[in-house]
Amino acid sequence: MRATVGLILLAVIGVGVGISLLAIPFGAPKTEIGDYYIENAREDTGATNVVTSVVVGYRAFDTLGEVTVLFVAALGLGAVLATAGGKRGRSGVEPASLILSAGNIFLFPLILLFGAYIFTHGHLTPGGGFQGGAVIASAFLLVYLSSPGKRINESGASLTESVSGLVFVAIGLLGLTHGTHYFLANFLPKGALNTLFSAGIIPVIYCAIGLKVGSELAGVVDNLMEETE
Amino acid sequence: MIIIVSLLVLAMLTAAVAALIYRDLLSAVIASCLVSLLASILFFFLQAPDVAMAEASIGAALVTAIFVIAIRRTKRYEE
Repeated sequence: MRATVGLILLAVIGVGVGISLLAIPFGAPKTEIGDYYIENAREDTGATNVVTSVVVGYRAFDTLGEVTVLFVAALGLGAVLATAGGKRGRSGVEPASLILSAGNIFLFPLILLFGAYIFTHGHLTPGGGFQGGAVIASAFLLVYLSSPGKRINESGASLTESVSGLVFVAIGLLGLTHGTHYFLANFLPKGALNTLFSAGIIPVIYCAIGLKVGSELAGVVDNLMEETE
Repeated sequence: MIIIVSLLVLAMLTAAVAALIYRDLLSAVIASCLVSLLASILFFFLQAPDVAMAEASIGAALVTAIFVIAIRRTKRYEE
């Protein structure tokens, strides 16, 4: 009975969404802002990757909100899974297979390096802080899977997270005192196009986001993998 | 190009339906991981490499791991 009602409701919603989307031409540009970004993003922000110039340039304030949402989600998970004073340990302590534990030794530094590469080159190549941070967190996940005894340094992770979050906001506030006087204004020199030290504050912010997201998601994995004894 | 995209979408739909049908939740999680992985390949073919990277690292890797951990702590089979 419940399933039938659910299916009927789902069909109604589907038909409604379908009808409302029918009038919009698929794939056709609806506004002119996209063309503006593609034409002018390089001169405006100095970043070669137009996606990055939107995410950390034109819409940097939205990104600050996005980072805050992720922070609150990680905080909520930590609060739900927190153990009140009890001893924390890990379950399922059977050792990992030789392939996993030996592969981890070679792969862990490489994955960390790849994640750092993604967020330091966010303004030049595809990717950025969020992708790089997720890659770094997956490296820590690999460690958790391969060696059950190891744990991340929790105070170090939370210190990294807080400092990089503060760096993001501090850079934004510095923008108020320079040049055009608005929050997250790009006050650093833009440099030559297509070089590592270009695009002003964009690589700095992306490094902060990468470290923040990486330590946050590693903390989430840490919270989930351990349980009270 | 259109053939590759259609094949990818077809495989995604198959994996999504499989994830719904499986009673074994571990198999269902692997099937939904396949949906994310194929979606990231599809994003790459649609010239959105930024989204493809986010989908591959978060959708295929981290979310799958979190679901597997959750299944290990609860029950593996749906009633």
